[in-house]
Amino acid sequence: MSSTTNHIPSLEAARIPVLEVGNLCVSYKGHGGIQKVVHNIAFDVHPGEVVAIVGESGSGKTTTAQAVIGLLAENGSVDSGFVKLNGTDISGWSQRQLDTIRGGKISLIPQDPVSSLNPVKTIGDQVGEILRIHRWGNQREIDARVLELLARVGLSQPELRAKQYPHELSGGMRQRVLIAIAVALQPALIIADEPTSALDVTVQKRILDLIDELRRENGTAVLLVTHDLGVAADRANRLIVMKDGRVQEQGPTEEILASPKSEYTRQLLADAPSLRGAQRLSRGGGVRHEEQGDAIVVENLIQDFSVRGGTQETFRAVDGVSFKVRRGSTHAIVGESGSGKTTTARSVVGFQKPTSGRIVVEGVDVTTLRGDALRQFRQTIQLVYQNPFGSLDPLQTVFQIIEEPLLNFERIPREERAQKVRRILERVGLPEAVLERKPRALSGGQRQRVAIARALILNPKVIILDEAVSALDVTVQAQILRLLDELQQALDLTYLFISHDLAVVRQIADTVSVLHNGRQVDVGTVEEVFRRPKSDYTRELIKAIPGQRGSAGSDISLSLLGASS
Amino acid sequence: MSKYMIGRIGQAAVVLWAAFTVSFVLLQALPGDAILIKFLNPELGLGPEQIADIRASYAADSPILTQYLHAVANFLSGNFGYSVQAGVPVSDVLIANLPPTVWLATLGFLLAVIVAVTLSVVSVLGPFSWLRSAMRSVPSLFVSTPVFWLGILLIQIFSFQLKLIPVINPGPWQALVLPVLTLAIPISAPLAQILMRNIDDVLTEPFIAVARAKGASRSWVLWKHVAKNAVLPTLTIAGILFGELLAGAVVTEAVFGLNGIGGVTQRAVGNQDIAVLQALVVFSAAAFVVINLVVDLLYPVFDPRLRHKGGALA
Repeated sequence: MSSTTNHIPSLEAARIPVLEVGNLCVSYKGHGGIQKVVHNIAFDVHPGEVVAIVGESGSGKTTTAQAVIGLLAENGSVDSGFVKLNGTDISGWSQRQLDTIRGGKISLIPQDPVSSLNPVKTIGDQVGEILRIHRWGNQREIDARVLELLARVGLSQPELRAKQYPHELSGGMRQRVLIAIAVALQPALIIADEPTSALDVTVQKRILDLIDELRRENGTAVLLVTHDLGVAADRANRLIVMKDGRVQEQGPTEEILASPKSEYTRQLLADAPSLRGAQRLSRGGGVRHEEQGDAIVVENLIQDFSVRGGTQETFRAVDGVSFKVRRGSTHAIVGESGSGKTTTARSVVGFQKPTSGRIVVEGVDVTTLRGDALRQFRQTIQLVYQNPFGSLDPLQTVFQIIEEPLLNFERIPREERAQKVRRILERVGLPEAVLERKPRALSGGQRQRVAIARALILNPKVIILDEAVSALDVTVQAQILRLLDELQQALDLTYLFISHDLAVVRQIADTVSVLHNGRQVDVGTVEEVFRRPKSDYTRELIKAIPGQRGSAGSDISLSLLGASS
Repeated sequence: MSKYMIGRIGQAAVVLWAAFTVSFVLLQALPGDAILIKFLNPELGLGPEQIADIRASYAADSPILTQYLHAVANFLSGNFGYSVQAGVPVSDVLIANLPPTVWLATLGFLLAVIVAVTLSVVSVLGPFSWLRSAMRSVPSLFVSTPVFWLGILLIQIFSFQLKLIPVINPGPWQALVLPVLTLAIPISAPLAQILMRNIDDVLTEPFIAVARAKGASRSWVLWKHVAKNAVLPTLTIAGILFGELLAGAVVTEAVFGLNGIGGVTQRAVGNQDIAVLQALVVFSAAAFVVINLVVDLLYPVFDPRLRHKGGALA
């Protein structure tokens, strides 16, 4: 879908942009007065074109999209500027007027498919609703059109799906339903707000392909809002890079990727794992680990769970996983949701007894530990979780959070504890001023640093990082990854890195296990697995990494930067 | 579903048994009893032997455990015993006084629901922002209104000042207007608060933004998307508020001088008429349990996620 393959219907239509935004300013009224979040934004979207607004959280990209479709939060308002849809300024329209074009002329594909469908209404009802609102045909025609749409977005058994409720469908299927709704009336413009951020990488690729296909079929323009530069690079004709409510630069995708003009864009490109060079962060090869022993040995791990309500029935979450991790190195476990990667990690920490198999961490057989021995063992191995917002107690200060693990083990004097906390805080690169703050006063990256500090305070040998950077913006993600690498070298730590993001894994890990439906389909050094994947699944995963436009199939040159410069 | 039902009914039976036992123990622990209150009256001029005879006829001095087992057996066979004060079977007392209270409670509850829904809808769809915020502050006013005070205030205004409802010999419907209002207003407040909160919560859900993006108007969104989702948690509260309804009925009946379970309860407490109190406790518990059972069974009707109990995957 490069710009050359775009068919522009006629010169007449091409002259008037589908969407023309000029001088747009948006502000929110809050407790602390009025806050301006979007400053003098201007851009166009032409018929059939894909324009991506790229930025990190707080950049104003979603606010811009909401302003375009007239769905700002209650306390938000457009202060100045215009939003022209097919040449008509709609920025001053009342909600009632906007209702006539929303859905018909301009539609939305939302971010989170799981919460974007009404849980108490059937799929058919929710797809048919957009047709009913705009008085499209009678009930019989609507029913037929709903089935046609569901089939068009690639859902099997449309008759069945129409009668089902959202919770009976997977995330990917639900996103297809939402796409069916968005294209139902063949609008001129679709706003896709992070349409695949909540989905697994292979599902992400299929959904983006589908949006592309439908866009081409109907000549619809797409305004793609995303934090993922890789996705934007793959899919958009033009990029708009936003930061702090301002456009940093905009232009054709190829141009921006090849020669970014603004400092911020350069930074963003350097930090995006999918676009950056494929090399391991700092040290070269695994030579240094050779003389060291194994920190973690997992042999033929099997983990069954009894199915709730069922009698003898069990569900095998992990089926025969084996790997070894050399001391001081990083092993990644990669897989999509439901692959068993988190279950494997929980078994390694000793949160649950494996059904069978052996797990040895720093010479201790975890499966035989119980009671106090298990509790003491927790000093050796620590966890950092994905969500830095949920894993810190909102009522504790940062000092209390970091100090807490110390209180659970041998008693040391207050003074010494305070010193230890300060030392660790410095280690993870946080200023001492944050000690008395509560987590809500910290940014996502700072919170994750606090979580890392808490894990480090007991001087563990092994740290399990469960999607530890997945919820962070790319630049913050890059900083945390660098920090982790630094700490590993300084403290000779062993990492078990759980992730769904192959691009990040490539950057931080030495060895990798790929899990699929509980089975280990690939294992080896990152180099081997990426170069010569043994399973079709791994090949599919690698192909689904966004940001590869232009790179040839089997040769996985992840560095789009390198290819184009 | 049937297995679920059996479990729920079993739970209900346990609750009833516990209510019965606890109230039995508490009532026995009270000093004095109904027989002494009624027959020790000097005007009756009964001698100690005669009182002892009466006590024996009521088996009032047999061991507590025997009395308890008797009472359980009697309750199970539908015999609630005799009211010492009225000298008639407890069941007669209940049958005579239940209908007016049931009417009062049902109408009061319906009105409370209507008031709560109206307040909530206006608070979302009201044309002016001052109206919307006014509607939001009404429940906190209502919730802090005591029933007895409200009753007296309403009588003052409607009967004495406006003379809309005669104080003496009002028609059967006229007689119900003020008590129903008195009962409904304090009950409507928590219902409205919960409903408004739930509506607010649902309005922030992403599926509401999707519905708006389809071109749905605010009222379309409220009725077709918010209503069903917001009603779910409100149902639970409605079940719990039933207890308040009974308590409110006792006070309301006293204020308006109505016949009903309220009056019976008041007299039974005053006279320590244990058999009547025991029956009232079990009756209230039964009503409470049934209402909450109905609420539980209504959940799956509103929420499809709760329909398939058996086949859920871990």
